[in-house]
Amino acid sequence: MATTPLSLEQLPQRQRATVAGIAWDRLTAPEGRRLRELGFDEGVGIEVLHRARIGGGPIACRIGRMTVALRRRVAGAIHVATDQLG
Amino acid sequence: MNPAPLVALVGNPNAGKSALFNALTGARQKVGNYPGVTVERHAGRMALPDGRPVELLDLPGTYSLEPSSPDERVTRDVVTGAQAGERLPDAIVVVVDASNLDNHLRFTLQLIALGLPVVVALNMYDLAERDGLKLDPAALARELGVPVVPTVAVRKRGIDELKEALADLATPGATALRPSDPVLHADIATLQRRARQIAMAATISETPVRRWTHMLDSVALHPVFGVLLLFVVLFVMFQAVFFAGAAPADAIAGGFDWLAGQVKQVMPDSILRSLITDGVIAGVGAVIKFLPQILIMFFFILVLEASGYMVRAAFLMDRIMAAVGLSGRAFIPLLSSFACAVPGIMSTRTIEDEKDRLTTILIAPLMTCSARLPVYTLVIGAMIPNVRVLPFVGLQGLVMLGLYVMGVVGAFIVALVLRRTVTKGASSGFMMEMPKYQLPSVRDLAIGLWSRAEIFLKRAGTTIAFTTIVLWAMLSFPQVPKDSAVSQVNYSVAGRIANTIEPAFRPIGFNRDIVLALIPAMAAREVSVAALGTVYAIDSSGDDDTKMAQTLRTRWSLATALAFLMWFVFAPQCISTIAVTRRETNGWKWPAFMVGYLFLLAYIMAGITYWLAVLAGL
Repeated sequence: MATTPLSLEQLPQRQRATVAGIAWDRLTAPEGRRLRELGFDEGVGIEVLHRARIGGGPIACRIGRMTVALRRRVAGAIHVATDQLG
Repeated sequence: MNPAPLVALVGNPNAGKSALFNALTGARQKVGNYPGVTVERHAGRMALPDGRPVELLDLPGTYSLEPSSPDERVTRDVVTGAQAGERLPDAIVVVVDASNLDNHLRFTLQLIALGLPVVVALNMYDLAERDGLKLDPAALARELGVPVVPTVAVRKRGIDELKEALADLATPGATALRPSDPVLHADIATLQRRARQIAMAATISETPVRRWTHMLDSVALHPVFGVLLLFVVLFVMFQAVFFAGAAPADAIAGGFDWLAGQVKQVMPDSILRSLITDGVIAGVGAVIKFLPQILIMFFFILVLEASGYMVRAAFLMDRIMAAVGLSGRAFIPLLSSFACAVPGIMSTRTIEDEKDRLTTILIAPLMTCSARLPVYTLVIGAMIPNVRVLPFVGLQGLVMLGLYVMGVVGAFIVALVLRRTVTKGASSGFMMEMPKYQLPSVRDLAIGLWSRAEIFLKRAGTTIAFTTIVLWAMLSFPQVPKDSAVSQVNYSVAGRIANTIEPAFRPIGFNRDIVLALIPAMAAREVSVAALGTVYAIDSSGDDDTKMAQTLRTRWSLATALAFLMWFVFAPQCISTIAVTRRETNGWKWPAFMVGYLFLLAYIMAGITYWLAVLAGL
């Protein structure tokens, strides 16, 4: 699990995955707390639904049964493991 | 007599809490403010099935009891009994989104752990079923150890059952459930896991779809079509505010003019008559005139919020707003400010982060509001030659566009500077739940509009009416002696002030007449046109715009006219904006800062414009 090279930012759109770990040290305290409050946690199913315009806009992802928008920098701190390849 | 029991509605954002509050209380609600913070206090009354009255409190939505905004702090302080001026609630209704149990149950567990009697409203039950989710409310009640009532607040379903459950709780002498399960007091991650287990136990079956929302999002968030759709929405909104709002606003202004005319016929000419017509009636009229545009603007904002589209618009615009240190949430308030900064500033409440919100409020006046249009039209029409610089592109229109662009560019630069200085701090970024799309209910819209109108009329209105009367006094006193050659305007306090401060404005090309016109323009920008008319002894109430234009051409140089326009782009000239800023920031510090920086900016920009124009030989 720790060897997964993929972050949420790199996860292909519509590819189902699971949160493998979150690099809390790369997030500010309020960011980390808000992430936890929105249900980001190891083992939760996740999927990228939309990416805003080219140029580093935010991404929208499904986490549990919720859709959450977050900026790429935060998405980069969330490690994911894809459910199955292909 | 004992006060009625207090019941607090608590829940995550997007749980449909306010809709439930509206369904429970109807129109019997009061919007106030918690002392010392800009957090609205929504309270209402309802009757239990046995007739007992209950006071209901709608607390700001929050994800947990660890606050990250003033709103969330109020929620925590009220349910823990720490909020000044609020008693500890006798019971809590936890509003939970039925299709989002995993997440919302964690907060429910935290609330149960407080030890107050709790009822869970399993809200938006219909949407959960629509999404292919089958729940077992009885199982949920067993797992949580508190009553659970399925509700559909927007359709008023489950409301009676909820009241019955509350009646059982609110019986005097009923002992609070005091769950001592240590898991309730564990850290957030443990609670979250427990919440997921409970959600699983209460779910009979689920198909993981949000078909409608997914389909709509594939258009609304599309890099091309989504942006196009946003522009269509904005276009419709602006057309409505400018055109549908203009006629009622004119009618209201006309009505107040008529009223003033009637008073003038009945009363003999005296200072009292002048106070009533030019002071009180004009002052109250100046406030109510804004109401149609404010209501239309808020109608759109409420529909966009309630339908779930607002977050999508913020999502699309976040990248651009992030470039100047703001979040996507600032987009709609800033856009609203093109119609009028007053509703724009009022709508910044949707911005969670205090510093983001403050920055947005501070730059909102730089968006060219509709009140500046009459001034721009008059001065451009009078001073800028009506020639075409390109086929279909007139110079006058180009100057007008330039003024709008100046405002936006200025606002962005100011935001950049503010975010690095006075409103410095880690931006909370942009991290938000995107709620399901929903058809807004007419009742919720009506209640929302009514409370906005009430706030505007009561809070901003009193300040605006008061200052308008003060300005009237400045223009009316001291009274000019009879058969004096000096006009009343020149003789008045305002005239004398203009004489005194005129030298300060000479370097930027302003003559005394302009300085004098700027003083009444403090009440409302468009008044400066009428004020110039008074100064030049032209009756501007009729169709004397051409006469006015001729006068301007003989008295002003082109350089002065351009400097005057530039002044209007930046200067803080409307008392309403200052009043509403004071109200929204809870004090005079930020409105004072806003006025200061805008004056400085206006002075510098008008000066630069004037001297560049003079150097260019204009």
